[in-house]
Amino acid sequence: MDFFSLSPDEWNAVGLSVKVAAVAMVASLPVAIAVALLLARREFWGKSLLNGVVHLPLVLPPVVTGYVLLLTFGRRGLVGSFLADAFGLVFSFRWTGAALACAVMGFPLMVRAIRLSVEAVDTRLEDAASTLGANPLWVFLTVTLPLTLPGIIAGMILSFAKAMGEFGATITFVSNIPGETQTLPTAIYAYTQVPGGDPQALRLTAISVMISLAALMASEVLARRAGQRIAA
Amino acid sequence: MSLSVSIRHRLASLDINVNFESTGRLTALFGPSGCGKTTVINVIAGLLRPAEARIALDGDVFVDTASGRWTPPHLRRIGYVFQDARLLPHLTVQQNLRYGRWFTAASARYVDEAAVVELLGLSSLLARRPAHLSGGERQRVAIGRALLQSPRLLLMYEPLASLDDARKHEILPYVERLRDELKIPVVYVSHVLGEVTRLASDIILMSKGHVISAGPVRDVLPTLAAASGELAQEAGSLIDATVRAYDSDDGLTTLASPLGELRLAGAVGTPGKALRIHIRATDVMLATTPPSGLSALNVFQGTVAAIAEGDGASVDVRMAVGAAVVSARITRFSARRLALAQGKTVYAVVKAMSVRPPGA
Repeated sequence: MDFFSLSPDEWNAVGLSVKVAAVAMVASLPVAIAVALLLARREFWGKSLLNGVVHLPLVLPPVVTGYVLLLTFGRRGLVGSFLADAFGLVFSFRWTGAALACAVMGFPLMVRAIRLSVEAVDTRLEDAASTLGANPLWVFLTVTLPLTLPGIIAGMILSFAKAMGEFGATITFVSNIPGETQTLPTAIYAYTQVPGGDPQALRLTAISVMISLAALMASEVLARRAGQRIAA
Repeated sequence: MSLSVSIRHRLASLDINVNFESTGRLTALFGPSGCGKTTVINVIAGLLRPAEARIALDGDVFVDTASGRWTPPHLRRIGYVFQDARLLPHLTVQQNLRYGRWFTAASARYVDEAAVVELLGLSSLLARRPAHLSGGERQRVAIGRALLQSPRLLLMYEPLASLDDARKHEILPYVERLRDELKIPVVYVSHVLGEVTRLASDIILMSKGHVISAGPVRDVLPTLAAASGELAQEAGSLIDATVRAYDSDDGLTTLASPLGELRLAGAVGTPGKALRIHIRATDVMLATTPPSGLSALNVFQGTVAAIAEGDGASVDVRMAVGAAVVSARITRFSARRLALAQGKTVYAVVKAMSVRPPGA
Protein backbone atom coordinates (compact mmCIF):
# COMPACT_ATOMS: atom_id res chain seq x y z
CA MET A 1 0.00 0.00 0.00
CA ASP A 2 1.31 3.35 -1.07
CA PHE A 3 2.23 5.52 1.90
CA PHE A 4 0.44 8.54 0.47
CA SER A 5 -2.82 6.94 -0.60
CA LEU A 6 -5.36 7.83 2.05
CA SER A 7 -8.32 5.81 3.18
CA PRO A 8 -11.79 7.42 2.89
CA ASP A 9 -11.79 8.07 6.63
CA GLU A 10 -8.47 9.85 6.42
CA TRP A 11 -9.66 11.95 3.49
CA ASN A 12 -12.70 12.83 5.52
CA ALA A 13 -10.57 14.07 8.36
CA VAL A 14 -8.40 16.21 6.05
CA GLY A 15 -11.38 17.69 4.20
CA LEU A 16 -13.27 18.32 7.40
CA SER A 17 -10.30 20.02 9.01
CA VAL A 18 -9.88 22.42 6.11
CA LYS A 19 -13.62 23.11 6.00
CA VAL A 20 -13.85 23.69 9.75
CA ALA A 21 -10.80 25.94 9.79
CA ALA A 22 -11.97 27.98 6.79
CA VAL A 23 -15.47 28.46 8.16
CA ALA A 24 -14.13 29.37 11.60
CA MET A 25 -11.78 31.92 10.04
CA VAL A 26 -14.34 33.57 7.75
CA ALA A 27 -17.17 33.60 10.28
CA SER A 28 -15.12 35.18 13.05
CA LEU A 29 -13.48 37.80 10.80
CA PRO A 30 -16.22 40.49 10.87
CA VAL A 31 -16.63 40.13 14.63
CA ALA A 32 -12.86 40.23 15.14
CA ILE A 33 -12.56 43.43 13.05
CA ALA A 34 -15.38 45.07 15.00
CA VAL A 35 -13.89 44.10 18.38
CA ALA A 36 -10.39 45.14 17.28
CA LEU A 37 -11.71 48.56 16.20
CA LEU A 38 -13.56 48.94 19.46
CA LEU A 39 -10.49 48.07 21.53
CA ALA A 40 -8.11 50.17 19.43
CA ARG A 41 -10.20 53.30 18.96
CA ARG A 42 -12.87 53.68 21.61
CA GLU A 43 -12.80 54.36 25.30
CA PHE A 44 -15.79 52.90 27.12
CA TRP A 45 -16.82 51.47 30.44
CA GLY A 46 -15.87 47.80 30.69
CA LYS A 47 -13.17 47.97 28.04
CA SER A 48 -10.66 45.99 30.08
CA LEU A 49 -13.36 43.43 30.87
CA LEU A 50 -14.07 42.96 27.14
CA ASN A 51 -10.36 42.72 26.50
CA GLY A 52 -10.08 40.06 29.19
CA VAL A 53 -13.00 38.02 27.88
CA VAL A 54 -11.59 38.11 24.34
CA HIS A 55 -8.26 36.80 25.59
CA LEU A 56 -9.67 34.13 27.93
CA PRO A 57 -9.44 31.24 25.43
CA LEU A 58 -5.73 31.96 25.15
CA VAL A 59 -5.07 31.32 28.84
CA LEU A 60 -7.82 28.89 29.86
CA PRO A 61 -7.21 25.16 29.48
CA PRO A 62 -8.86 24.28 26.12
CA VAL A 63 -10.93 21.65 27.86
CA VAL A 64 -12.49 24.39 30.00
CA THR A 65 -13.36 26.45 26.92
CA GLY A 66 -14.86 23.35 25.32
CA TYR A 67 -16.91 22.58 28.38
CA VAL A 68 -18.21 26.15 28.62
CA LEU A 69 -19.20 25.92 24.95
CA LEU A 70 -20.98 22.67 25.65
CA LEU A 71 -22.89 24.28 28.53
CA THR A 72 -23.94 27.36 26.54
CA PHE A 73 -24.17 26.11 22.95
CA GLY A 74 -25.16 22.51 23.68
CA ARG A 75 -28.68 21.26 23.00
CA ARG A 76 -29.78 22.22 26.47
CA GLY A 77 -27.60 25.26 26.73
CA LEU A 78 -29.21 28.68 26.85
CA VAL A 79 -27.87 29.92 23.52
CA GLY A 80 -27.75 26.50 21.91
CA SER A 81 -31.43 25.69 22.51
CA PHE A 82 -32.48 29.12 21.27
CA LEU A 83 -30.45 28.84 18.07
CA ALA A 84 -31.72 25.32 17.44
CA ASP A 85 -35.36 26.33 17.90
CA ALA A 86 -35.19 29.65 16.08
CA PHE A 87 -32.84 28.91 13.18
CA GLY A 88 -32.37 25.15 13.26
CA LEU A 89 -28.68 25.79 13.86
CA VAL A 90 -27.28 22.94 15.94
CA PHE A 91 -23.71 22.95 17.24
CA SER A 92 -23.36 20.01 19.55
CA PHE A 93 -21.73 16.95 17.97
CA ARG A 94 -21.82 18.56 14.51
CA TRP A 95 -19.03 19.96 12.36
CA THR A 96 -20.54 23.43 12.95
CA GLY A 97 -19.70 22.97 16.62
CA ALA A 98 -16.11 22.13 15.70
CA ALA A 99 -16.00 25.34 13.66
CA LEU A 100 -17.40 27.32 16.60
CA ALA A 101 -14.81 25.85 18.97
CA CYS A 102 -12.02 26.67 16.51
CA ALA A 103 -13.36 30.20 15.96
CA VAL A 104 -13.44 30.88 19.69
CA MET A 105 -9.94 29.49 20.22
CA GLY A 106 -8.51 31.49 17.31
CA PHE A 107 -10.42 34.67 18.12
CA PRO A 108 -7.90 36.28 20.50
CA LEU A 109 -5.08 35.74 18.00
CA MET A 110 -7.11 37.33 15.22
CA VAL A 111 -8.21 40.30 17.33
CA ARG A 112 -4.64 40.96 18.52
CA ALA A 113 -3.22 41.01 15.01
CA ILE A 114 -5.94 43.30 13.67
CA ARG A 115 -5.89 45.58 16.69
CA LEU A 116 -2.15 46.19 16.36
CA SER A 117 -2.66 47.02 12.71
CA VAL A 118 -5.54 49.41 13.44
CA GLU A 119 -3.48 51.18 16.06
CA ALA A 120 -0.72 51.69 13.48
CA VAL A 121 -3.09 53.48 11.09
CA ASP A 122 -2.43 57.22 11.04
CA THR A 123 -5.74 58.83 12.02
CA ARG A 124 -4.61 62.02 10.32
CA LEU A 125 -5.10 60.22 7.01
CA GLU A 126 -8.69 59.57 8.05
CA ASP A 127 -9.09 63.28 8.86
CA ALA A 128 -7.76 64.11 5.41
CA ALA A 129 -10.26 61.72 3.81
CA SER A 130 -13.13 63.32 5.73
CA THR A 131 -12.18 66.80 4.51
CA LEU A 132 -12.25 65.32 1.00
CA GLY A 133 -15.92 64.43 1.47
CA ALA A 134 -15.82 60.85 2.72
CA ASN A 135 -18.37 60.06 5.44
CA PRO A 136 -17.27 57.83 8.34
CA LEU A 137 -18.32 54.62 6.58
CA TRP A 138 -16.41 55.52 3.42
CA VAL A 139 -13.40 56.57 5.48
CA PHE A 140 -13.46 53.13 7.07
CA LEU A 141 -13.85 51.29 3.77
CA THR A 142 -11.37 53.31 1.71
CA VAL A 143 -8.72 54.27 4.28
CA THR A 144 -8.84 52.31 7.55
CA LEU A 145 -9.63 48.90 6.09
CA PRO A 146 -7.01 48.89 3.29
CA LEU A 147 -4.34 50.18 5.68
CA THR A 148 -5.26 47.44 8.17
CA LEU A 149 -5.07 44.73 5.52
CA PRO A 150 -1.66 43.27 6.52
CA GLY A 151 -2.95 42.80 10.07
CA ILE A 152 -6.20 41.31 8.84
CA ILE A 153 -4.33 38.82 6.67
CA ALA A 154 -2.01 37.91 9.52
CA GLY A 155 -4.99 37.48 11.84
CA MET A 156 -6.84 35.27 9.38
CA ILE A 157 -3.83 33.00 8.90
CA LEU A 158 -3.22 32.75 12.63
CA SER A 159 -6.86 31.84 13.17
CA PHE A 160 -6.71 29.25 10.38
CA ALA A 161 -3.51 27.71 11.73
CA LYS A 162 -4.92 27.63 15.24
CA ALA A 163 -8.08 25.93 13.92
CA MET A 164 -6.02 23.31 12.07
CA GLY A 165 -4.36 22.39 15.36
CA GLU A 166 -7.29 22.82 17.75
CA PHE A 167 -7.83 19.71 19.83
CA GLY A 168 -8.95 20.18 23.41
CA ALA A 169 -11.98 22.41 23.04
CA THR A 170 -13.15 20.56 19.92
CA ILE A 171 -13.03 17.09 21.42
CA THR A 172 -14.72 18.31 24.62
CA PHE A 173 -17.50 20.16 22.82
CA VAL A 174 -18.28 17.96 19.82
CA SER A 175 -16.42 14.71 20.56
CA ASN A 176 -14.58 12.71 17.89
CA ILE A 177 -17.09 11.37 15.37
CA PRO A 178 -15.52 10.21 12.07
CA GLY A 179 -17.07 12.06 9.13
CA GLU A 180 -18.79 14.63 11.35
CA THR A 181 -16.44 16.09 13.93
CA GLN A 182 -13.21 14.18 13.49
CA THR A 183 -10.61 16.72 12.39
CA LEU A 184 -6.94 16.03 11.72
CA PRO A 185 -5.71 16.34 15.32
CA THR A 186 -8.53 14.27 16.77
CA ALA A 187 -8.07 11.66 14.01
CA ILE A 188 -4.34 11.46 14.73
CA TYR A 189 -5.13 11.07 18.39
CA ALA A 190 -7.61 8.29 17.63
CA TYR A 191 -5.11 6.42 15.44
CA THR A 192 -2.43 6.59 18.11
CA GLN A 193 -4.87 4.95 20.53
CA VAL A 194 -5.47 1.83 18.42
CA PRO A 195 -2.90 -0.94 17.76
CA GLY A 196 -1.36 -0.68 14.27
CA GLY A 197 -2.57 2.89 13.78
CA ASP A 198 0.89 4.38 13.52
CA PRO A 199 1.15 4.54 9.68
CA GLN A 200 -2.16 6.42 9.50
CA ALA A 201 -1.16 8.75 12.32
CA LEU A 202 2.14 9.45 10.57
CA ARG A 203 0.46 10.17 7.21
CA LEU A 204 -1.98 12.58 8.76
CA THR A 205 0.83 14.22 10.69
CA ALA A 206 2.72 14.82 7.46
CA ILE A 207 -0.38 16.30 5.84
CA SER A 208 -0.98 18.48 8.86
CA VAL A 209 2.55 19.85 8.64
CA MET A 210 2.20 20.54 4.91
CA ILE A 211 -1.11 22.39 5.21
CA SER A 212 0.11 24.55 8.09
CA LEU A 213 3.36 25.36 6.32
CA ALA A 214 1.53 26.26 3.11
CA ALA A 215 -0.81 28.55 5.05
CA LEU A 216 2.06 30.33 6.77
CA MET A 217 3.95 30.81 3.51
CA ALA A 218 0.84 32.11 1.76
CA SER A 219 0.28 34.60 4.58
CA GLU A 220 3.87 35.76 4.29
CA VAL A 221 3.46 36.44 0.57
CA LEU A 222 0.07 38.14 0.98
CA ALA A 223 1.20 40.28 3.90
CA ARG A 224 4.33 41.38 2.05
CA ARG A 225 2.30 42.32 -1.00
CA ALA A 226 -0.19 44.28 1.10
CA GLY A 227 2.64 45.88 3.04
CA GLN A 228 4.36 47.04 -0.15
CA ARG A 229 1.20 48.72 -1.32
CA ILE A 230 0.85 50.83 1.80
CA ALA A 231 4.52 51.40 2.62
CA ALA A 232 4.93 55.09 3.29
CA MET B 1 -16.46 84.76 -0.82
CA SER B 2 -17.17 85.89 2.66
CA LEU B 3 -15.90 83.92 5.61
CA SER B 4 -17.01 84.73 9.10
CA VAL B 5 -15.18 83.14 12.00
CA SER B 6 -15.81 83.42 15.71
CA ILE B 7 -14.16 80.95 18.07
CA ARG B 8 -13.70 80.65 21.81
CA HIS B 9 -11.77 77.63 22.86
CA ARG B 10 -9.46 76.66 25.67
CA LEU B 11 -6.30 74.70 25.02
CA ALA B 12 -4.00 73.43 27.73
CA SER B 13 -1.64 76.36 27.36
CA LEU B 14 -3.72 78.94 25.54
CA ASP B 15 -7.11 80.64 25.63
CA ILE B 16 -8.29 81.25 22.13
CA ASN B 17 -10.71 84.04 21.41
CA VAL B 18 -10.81 84.83 17.72
CA ASN B 19 -13.25 86.88 15.65
CA PHE B 20 -12.73 87.92 12.08
CA GLU B 21 -14.40 88.27 8.73
CA SER B 22 -12.66 88.04 5.43
CA THR B 23 -13.69 88.59 1.85
CA GLY B 24 -10.17 88.28 0.50
CA ARG B 25 -9.03 86.10 -2.35
CA LEU B 26 -6.17 84.73 -0.27
CA THR B 27 -6.50 85.35 3.42
CA ALA B 28 -3.36 84.66 5.41
CA LEU B 29 -3.65 83.56 9.03
CA PHE B 30 -0.34 84.83 10.24
CA GLY B 31 1.40 84.70 13.59
CA PRO B 32 4.16 83.00 15.53
CA SER B 33 4.06 79.27 16.33
CA GLY B 34 1.66 78.46 19.14
CA CYS B 35 -0.62 81.48 18.61
CA GLY B 36 -3.71 79.38 17.85
CA LYS B 37 -3.65 79.30 14.04
CA THR B 38 -3.96 75.50 14.01
CA THR B 39 -7.06 75.59 16.18
CA VAL B 40 -8.71 78.19 13.98
CA ILE B 41 -8.10 76.33 10.73
CA ASN B 42 -9.13 72.97 12.17
CA VAL B 43 -12.38 74.46 13.43
CA ILE B 44 -13.05 75.89 9.97
CA ALA B 45 -12.35 72.47 8.42
CA GLY B 46 -14.50 70.68 11.00
CA LEU B 47 -11.70 68.54 12.45
CA LEU B 48 -12.02 70.17 15.87
CA ARG B 49 -15.14 70.90 17.88
CA PRO B 50 -14.55 74.02 19.92
CA ALA B 51 -16.28 75.08 23.12
CA GLU B 52 -17.97 78.01 21.42
CA ALA B 53 -17.92 78.96 17.78
CA ARG B 54 -19.79 80.28 14.83
CA ILE B 55 -18.40 79.63 11.37
CA ALA B 56 -20.18 80.79 8.23
CA LEU B 57 -19.14 80.72 4.60
CA ASP B 58 -21.16 82.80 2.13
CA GLY B 59 -24.12 82.74 4.50
CA ASP B 60 -24.01 78.96 5.12
CA VAL B 61 -23.54 78.35 8.83
CA PHE B 62 -21.35 75.29 9.43
CA VAL B 63 -20.96 75.69 13.15
CA ASP B 64 -23.08 77.56 15.63
CA THR B 65 -22.69 76.28 19.16
CA ALA B 66 -25.40 78.66 20.32
CA SER B 67 -28.02 76.78 18.29
CA GLY B 68 -26.26 73.41 18.42
CA ARG B 69 -25.49 73.43 14.72
CA TRP B 70 -22.60 71.29 13.48
CA THR B 71 -21.86 70.28 9.92
CA PRO B 72 -19.42 67.35 9.81
CA PRO B 73 -16.28 67.90 7.71
CA HIS B 74 -17.32 65.63 4.85
CA LEU B 75 -20.36 67.79 4.14
CA ARG B 76 -18.53 71.13 4.13
CA ARG B 77 -16.66 70.87 0.84
CA ILE B 78 -13.74 72.75 2.29
CA GLY B 79 -10.45 71.62 0.78
CA TYR B 80 -7.55 71.19 3.18
CA VAL B 81 -3.90 71.04 2.15
CA PHE B 82 -1.95 69.76 5.14
CA GLN B 83 1.62 70.58 5.99
CA ASP B 84 2.52 66.90 5.64
CA ALA B 85 0.44 66.29 2.47
CA ARG B 86 -1.33 63.24 3.93
CA LEU B 87 -1.69 61.41 0.64
CA LEU B 88 -3.32 58.02 0.96
CA PRO B 89 -0.36 55.63 0.72
CA HIS B 90 -2.28 52.70 -0.76
CA LEU B 91 -3.54 54.71 -3.73
CA THR B 92 -1.71 56.00 -6.79
CA VAL B 93 -1.32 59.70 -7.47
CA GLN B 94 -4.23 59.58 -9.88
CA GLN B 95 -6.46 57.73 -7.40
CA ASN B 96 -5.50 60.26 -4.75
CA LEU B 97 -6.38 63.11 -7.09
CA ARG B 98 -9.77 61.59 -7.85
CA TYR B 99 -10.58 60.67 -4.26
CA GLY B 100 -12.26 63.91 -3.26
CA ARG B 101 -13.75 64.41 -6.72
CA TRP B 102 -15.60 61.12 -6.34
CA PHE B 103 -17.45 62.42 -3.28
CA THR B 104 -18.44 65.66 -4.96
CA ALA B 105 -21.81 65.69 -6.70
CA ALA B 106 -21.39 66.04 -10.46
CA SER B 107 -23.43 69.25 -10.42
CA ALA B 108 -21.06 70.82 -7.90
CA ARG B 109 -17.86 70.05 -9.81
CA TYR B 110 -16.31 73.10 -11.37
CA VAL B 111 -12.64 72.15 -11.42
CA ASP B 112 -11.41 70.28 -14.46
CA GLU B 113 -9.06 67.36 -13.88
CA ALA B 114 -6.93 67.94 -16.96
CA ALA B 115 -6.55 71.61 -16.06
CA VAL B 116 -5.34 70.80 -12.54
CA VAL B 117 -2.92 68.14 -13.77
CA GLU B 118 -1.54 70.72 -16.19
CA LEU B 119 -1.49 73.58 -13.67
CA LEU B 120 0.43 71.57 -11.09
CA GLY B 121 2.62 69.68 -13.54
CA LEU B 122 1.43 66.24 -12.40
CA SER B 123 1.07 64.37 -15.69
CA SER B 124 4.29 62.39 -15.28
CA LEU B 125 3.43 61.36 -11.72
CA LEU B 126 -0.06 59.92 -12.16
CA ALA B 127 0.86 56.22 -12.02
CA ARG B 128 3.20 56.53 -9.05
CA ARG B 129 2.49 55.88 -5.39
CA PRO B 130 3.11 58.57 -2.76
CA ALA B 131 6.10 56.66 -1.37
CA HIS B 132 7.92 57.32 -4.63
CA LEU B 133 7.38 61.09 -4.70
CA SER B 134 9.64 63.88 -3.47
CA GLY B 135 8.36 66.26 -0.79
CA GLY B 136 7.56 68.94 -3.34
CA GLU B 137 5.75 66.51 -5.62
CA ARG B 138 3.70 65.19 -2.71
CA GLN B 139 2.64 68.70 -1.80
CA ARG B 140 1.62 69.44 -5.39
CA VAL B 141 -0.49 66.27 -5.47
CA ALA B 142 -2.08 67.27 -2.15
CA ILE B 143 -2.98 70.67 -3.59
CA GLY B 144 -4.39 69.01 -6.73
CA ARG B 145 -6.42 66.55 -4.67
CA ALA B 146 -7.97 69.35 -2.65
CA LEU B 147 -8.70 71.37 -5.79
CA LEU B 148 -10.36 68.46 -7.58
CA GLN B 149 -13.05 68.15 -4.93
CA SER B 150 -14.17 71.54 -6.27
CA PRO B 151 -13.96 73.16 -2.83
CA ARG B 152 -15.89 76.25 -1.83
CA LEU B 153 -12.87 77.29 0.18
CA LEU B 154 -9.31 75.99 0.22
CA LEU B 155 -7.38 75.81 3.49
CA MET B 156 -3.61 75.59 3.24
CA TYR B 157 -1.73 74.84 6.43
CA GLU B 158 1.95 75.78 6.17
CA PRO B 159 2.13 73.86 2.90
CA LEU B 160 5.77 74.86 2.43
CA ALA B 161 7.05 74.34 5.96
CA SER B 162 8.30 70.80 5.44
CA LEU B 163 10.13 71.68 2.22
CA ASP B 164 13.61 73.01 1.57
CA ASP B 165 14.11 76.36 -0.15
CA ALA B 166 14.36 74.95 -3.67
CA ARG B 167 11.08 73.05 -3.23
CA LYS B 168 9.40 76.15 -1.77
CA HIS B 169 10.21 78.07 -4.91
CA GLU B 170 8.80 75.15 -6.88
CA ILE B 171 5.42 75.38 -5.08
CA LEU B 172 4.93 79.13 -4.60
CA PRO B 173 4.16 79.90 -8.27
CA TYR B 174 1.50 77.18 -8.27
CA VAL B 175 -0.23 78.75 -5.28
CA GLU B 176 -0.20 82.10 -7.08
CA ARG B 177 -1.69 80.49 -10.17
CA LEU B 178 -4.53 78.79 -8.32
CA ARG B 179 -5.28 82.06 -6.57
CA ASP B 180 -5.31 84.04 -9.82
CA GLU B 181 -6.50 81.51 -12.41
CA LEU B 182 -8.90 79.20 -10.59
CA LYS B 183 -10.20 81.98 -8.32
CA ILE B 184 -10.79 79.63 -5.41
CA PRO B 185 -10.81 81.54 -2.13
CA VAL B 186 -7.89 80.44 0.03
CA VAL B 187 -7.14 80.64 3.73
CA TYR B 188 -3.39 80.25 4.08
CA VAL B 189 -1.78 79.58 7.45
CA SER B 190 1.84 80.53 7.85
CA HIS B 191 4.36 81.89 10.27
CA VAL B 192 6.69 82.97 7.47
CA LEU B 193 6.18 86.61 6.53
CA GLY B 194 7.80 86.21 3.13
CA GLU B 195 5.15 83.73 1.97
CA VAL B 196 2.35 85.83 3.36
CA THR B 197 3.42 89.12 1.81
CA ARG B 198 4.00 87.43 -1.51
CA LEU B 199 0.69 85.57 -1.65
CA ALA B 200 -1.90 87.24 0.52
CA SER B 201 -4.58 89.74 -0.36
CA ASP B 202 -5.66 89.92 3.28
CA ILE B 203 -3.99 89.16 6.58
CA ILE B 204 -5.40 88.03 9.89
CA LEU B 205 -2.58 88.77 12.30
CA MET B 206 -2.69 86.56 15.40
CA SER B 207 -0.81 86.47 18.64
CA LYS B 208 -1.41 84.43 21.79
CA GLY B 209 -4.86 83.28 20.79
CA HIS B 210 -6.16 86.66 19.69
CA VAL B 211 -6.52 88.59 16.46
CA ILE B 212 -4.32 91.68 16.62
CA SER B 213 -5.33 93.11 13.34
CA ALA B 214 -7.12 92.06 10.18
CA GLY B 215 -7.62 93.51 6.73
CA PRO B 216 -5.94 93.99 3.37
CA VAL B 217 -2.25 93.18 3.49
CA ARG B 218 -1.16 96.78 2.87
CA ASP B 219 -3.11 98.01 5.90
CA VAL B 220 -2.03 95.22 8.24
CA LEU B 221 1.66 95.06 7.49
CA PRO B 222 2.54 98.41 9.13
CA THR B 223 0.69 97.29 12.26
CA LEU B 224 3.07 94.39 12.77
CA ALA B 225 4.73 96.82 15.17
CA ALA B 226 1.95 95.96 17.61
CA ALA B 227 2.95 92.33 17.50
CA SER B 228 5.64 91.08 19.77
CA GLY B 229 9.23 90.05 19.20
CA GLU B 230 10.54 89.18 15.80
CA LEU B 231 7.28 90.04 14.05
CA ALA B 232 7.68 93.67 15.06
CA GLN B 233 10.98 93.70 13.23
CA GLU B 234 9.17 92.74 10.05
CA ALA B 235 6.79 95.72 10.05
CA GLY B 236 7.11 97.71 6.86
CA SER B 237 5.65 98.53 3.47
CA LEU B 238 4.64 96.47 0.48
CA ILE B 239 5.32 97.94 -2.94
CA ASP B 240 4.08 96.45 -6.21
CA ALA B 241 6.86 96.75 -8.75
CA THR B 242 7.86 95.55 -12.22
CA VAL B 243 11.32 94.44 -13.26
CA ARG B 244 12.75 96.90 -15.76
CA ALA B 245 16.32 95.76 -16.26
CA TYR B 246 19.13 93.75 -14.75
CA ASP B 247 22.71 94.94 -14.87
CA SER B 248 24.85 91.86 -14.73
CA ASP B 249 28.09 93.85 -14.32
CA ASP B 250 26.99 95.36 -11.02
CA GLY B 251 24.51 92.62 -10.12
CA LEU B 252 21.73 95.18 -9.68
CA THR B 253 18.08 94.95 -10.74
CA THR B 254 16.15 98.11 -11.54
CA LEU B 255 12.41 98.08 -10.84
CA ALA B 256 9.64 100.43 -11.84
CA SER B 257 7.41 101.15 -8.83
CA PRO B 258 4.93 103.75 -7.55
CA LEU B 259 7.84 105.17 -5.56
CA GLY B 260 9.81 105.71 -8.74
CA GLU B 261 12.82 103.76 -9.83
CA LEU B 262 13.90 101.21 -7.25
CA ARG B 263 17.15 99.31 -7.27
CA LEU B 264 17.93 96.11 -5.45
CA ALA B 265 20.78 93.63 -5.28
CA GLY B 266 20.65 90.43 -7.26
CA ALA B 267 18.60 89.09 -10.16
CA VAL B 268 14.93 88.68 -9.29
CA GLY B 269 13.35 88.08 -12.67
CA THR B 270 13.17 88.90 -16.32
CA PRO B 271 12.07 92.38 -17.47
CA GLY B 272 8.30 92.79 -17.22
CA LYS B 273 7.91 90.41 -14.27
CA ALA B 274 5.61 91.79 -11.58
CA LEU B 275 6.60 91.32 -7.96
CA ARG B 276 5.97 92.66 -4.51
CA ILE B 277 8.73 94.34 -2.61
CA HIS B 278 8.82 94.38 1.15
CA ILE B 279 10.67 97.31 2.74
CA ARG B 280 11.10 96.94 6.47
CA ALA B 281 10.37 100.08 8.44
CA THR B 282 13.61 99.66 10.37
CA ASP B 283 15.54 99.73 7.08
CA VAL B 284 14.29 103.19 6.09
CA MET B 285 16.22 106.38 6.94
CA LEU B 286 14.61 109.80 6.80
CA ALA B 287 16.19 113.14 5.85
CA THR B 288 14.66 116.61 5.64
CA THR B 289 17.03 117.83 2.91
CA PRO B 290 18.01 115.98 -0.29
CA PRO B 291 20.82 113.76 0.92
CA SER B 292 24.09 113.56 -1.02
CA GLY B 293 27.29 111.61 -0.74
CA LEU B 294 25.42 108.46 0.31
CA SER B 295 26.07 104.85 -0.56
CA ALA B 296 22.33 104.12 -0.51
CA LEU B 297 20.88 103.89 -4.02
CA ASN B 298 17.19 104.54 -3.35
CA VAL B 299 16.06 108.01 -2.31
CA PHE B 300 12.40 109.01 -2.55
CA GLN B 301 10.85 112.39 -1.90
CA GLY B 302 7.49 112.51 -0.15
CA THR B 303 5.50 114.05 2.67
CA VAL B 304 4.83 112.86 6.18
CA ALA B 305 1.31 111.40 6.29
CA ALA B 306 1.19 110.31 9.94
CA ILE B 307 3.39 109.77 12.95
CA ALA B 308 2.48 107.01 15.40
CA GLU B 309 4.09 106.37 18.77
CA GLY B 310 5.99 103.10 18.84
CA ASP B 311 7.11 101.30 21.95
CA GLY B 312 10.24 102.41 23.78
CA ALA B 313 12.36 104.92 21.95
CA SER B 314 10.76 104.53 18.51
CA VAL B 315 8.11 106.25 16.46
CA ASP B 316 6.57 104.99 13.22
CA VAL B 317 6.43 107.55 10.43
CA ARG B 318 4.14 106.92 7.50
CA MET B 319 5.23 108.83 4.48
CA ALA B 320 3.29 109.37 1.24
CA VAL B 321 5.31 109.08 -1.95
CA GLY B 322 2.88 109.76 -4.77
CA ALA B 323 0.14 107.18 -4.30
CA ALA B 324 2.33 104.81 -2.32
CA VAL B 325 3.07 104.76 1.38
CA VAL B 326 6.41 103.99 2.99
CA SER B 327 6.76 103.28 6.70
CA ALA B 328 9.87 104.28 8.57
CA ARG B 329 10.74 103.42 12.14
CA ILE B 330 13.05 105.99 13.66
CA THR B 331 13.86 107.12 17.18
CA ARG B 332 11.64 109.63 18.90
CA PHE B 333 14.76 111.69 19.42
CA SER B 334 15.42 111.90 15.65
CA ALA B 335 11.82 112.75 14.91
CA ARG B 336 12.01 115.65 17.36
CA ARG B 337 15.40 116.84 16.10
CA LEU B 338 14.17 116.85 12.47
CA ALA B 339 10.94 118.54 13.63
CA LEU B 340 8.89 115.98 11.69
CA ALA B 341 5.23 116.86 11.41
CA GLN B 342 2.35 115.93 9.19
CA GLY B 343 2.71 117.44 5.70
CA LYS B 344 6.42 118.11 5.98
CA THR B 345 8.54 117.20 2.96
CA VAL B 346 11.03 114.39 3.73
CA TYR B 347 13.36 112.11 1.84
CA ALA B 348 13.33 108.36 2.48
CA VAL B 349 16.62 106.54 2.05
CA VAL B 350 16.63 102.79 1.40
CA LYS B 351 19.76 100.75 0.74
CA ALA B 352 19.59 98.51 -2.31
CA MET B 353 20.87 95.75 -0.04
CA SER B 354 17.80 96.12 2.21
CA VAL B 355 15.21 95.74 -0.53
CA ARG B 356 14.07 92.19 -1.04
CA PRO B 357 11.25 90.43 -2.78
CA PRO B 358 9.10 88.48 -0.31
CA GLY B 359 9.37 84.74 -0.29
CA ALA B 360 13.04 84.99 -1.16
